[in-house]
Amino acid sequence: MTNDEIVLAIKDIIATIAPDEELAHLKMDVRLREQIELDSMDFLDIVMELRKRYGVQVPEQDYLELATLDGCVKYLGPKLADKQLKLASRA
Amino acid sequence: MRYDALIIGAGLSGLGAGIRLAQFGKRVAILEKHTVWGGLNSFYKLGGRLFDSGLHALTNYAPRGERTKPLGRILRQLRIDHDALELGEQSWSAVRFPGIELRFSNDLALLRSEIARAFPGEADAFERLLADLPGYELLDGSSSGRSARAELAGRFREPLLVEMLLCPLCYYGGAREHDLDWQQFAILFRAIFLEGFARPAGGIRPVLDLLVKRYKAEGGELRLRAGVARIVVERGVDRALDRGVDRGIARDFDRGAAHGRVRGVVLENGEELDAEHVYSSAGWVETLALCPPEHARGVGPVEPGPLSFFESLTVTAEEPRALGFDGTAVFFNDSPRFDYRSPDALVDPHSGVICTPNNYATTEPLTEGLLRVTLLANHAKWRALDPERYVAEKARAAELALAAAARFAFDVRGKAVFQDTFTPLTIERFTGHAGGAVYGSAHKRPDGKTGIDGLSLVGTDQGFVGIVGALLSGITVVNRRALEGAGSAS
Repeated sequence: MTNDEIVLAIKDIIATIAPDEELAHLKMDVRLREQIELDSMDFLDIVMELRKRYGVQVPEQDYLELATLDGCVKYLGPKLADKQLKLASRA
Repeated sequence: MRYDALIIGAGLSGLGAGIRLAQFGKRVAILEKHTVWGGLNSFYKLGGRLFDSGLHALTNYAPRGERTKPLGRILRQLRIDHDALELGEQSWSAVRFPGIELRFSNDLALLRSEIARAFPGEADAFERLLADLPGYELLDGSSSGRSARAELAGRFREPLLVEMLLCPLCYYGGAREHDLDWQQFAILFRAIFLEGFARPAGGIRPVLDLLVKRYKAEGGELRLRAGVARIVVERGVDRALDRGVDRGIARDFDRGAAHGRVRGVVLENGEELDAEHVYSSAGWVETLALCPPEHARGVGPVEPGPLSFFESLTVTAEEPRALGFDGTAVFFNDSPRFDYRSPDALVDPHSGVICTPNNYATTEPLTEGLLRVTLLANHAKWRALDPERYVAEKARAAELALAAAARFAFDVRGKAVFQDTFTPLTIERFTGHAGGAVYGSAHKRPDGKTGIDGLSLVGTDQGFVGIVGALLSGITVVNRRALEGAGSAS
């Protein structure tokens, strides 16, 4: 997966968890929680979907790495390098 | 057969927990004793009609899009569309005491104006209560150790207002006599007065079917007629005491109580199922009774909840509106003092809940009228009756209930085309709750921990009530486990 695809993958997971959110204008370097309504339960779901879709394990102490889209790309890049993008949301 | 998780009971908390576990990719089975799902909030067919066994109203109503409210949170976690519930909002409800009424609806402005009208001197104190009410971020169902009565007495000069505010909250979630814990008060106050009532179109059945469908779509297994005879616990090292996280529970154990780790369950038909985790929605007392006695010994307060109810259901050809009632629920009390306790008689006709599913906004109007009246009832007294007296007393209690409804809401006497009643014994038989205690034990265990590794409680005895609360309880316990698991797996 390329960096752009990782962003797509994360946005797709968020679209599945929070179908009402507007995700087109998400900024890369601002915390996701400041841009859309995500609580700690939602982060649990993001991690759950990463595991289900891509077999990637994110231990709890690393959750903070996923706070921004930039962070997601940096942290997940190596883990998703050889994975195929899977889109599941209705969007 | 080895499961990651087994869930005892296909009620709302069990289904909520089940959906989450299945979403997390766990191999999970829900074990339900009865042939239908739903637990306390189930349904039954009688006389060609479909009745909800427990549903008065869905509390915690929130419109679509309000995701920080409990309803929004559970829908999001379970990935259920708000529209799928087809919620119709209540018209209005009321607390009625002799010569005085406080109406409320899903718009707080109504209750505000009612308090300003009926208790003009208390309007400011009411605003302060709203401002000081603990928010959901602080509410985990745990006990604050503070009495809601004492807290309210310090805030309001009018004792009658305190009684009137407590009345609906006790009926829709009070597990202990006379009072509520301040935390419970805040949860119920938000659920009832700030969020409000709605009814899913078609009652509880479509909601349950939706949940079962979600659960199965995620790969969960549902076994009906699969009553659990016992929970298998392996006596182990004293890990619960060693681990800091379990210190709260460890305090509740006397020295000498055995600690262990859950291994699975044995079903009533003798089948053994192994599992890593067991989530029980049977209730605290009831769950301990399924465990080996050495684990039940010495564990904190375990008496069954003291409060049970009698309920009468009356079907009429005419809708309540035609009989002069356009509200949804009336919480009544026939004296200035509200006595929420197990009555000395079979039922207490002085106070109760009168409600109807007819007066909710809906696109599918009901074809008949239905009146439900709930009264406090004494389980032991009903239990002591011989079968003949039991039948006669049910009829007598129903008369008392309908007389109360006539006095405080509307009169269906002589108009019934069908009637059913249930007593604390009915509740006990169908829910398995000891003593017919609808709201479970008076002592709540908000974190769901039992002192036995791998065995968690979900549901009523965690301190959450109602459809939304029950689902939330199942979801939270599983999420917490998932977080702990994620931490330790690394």
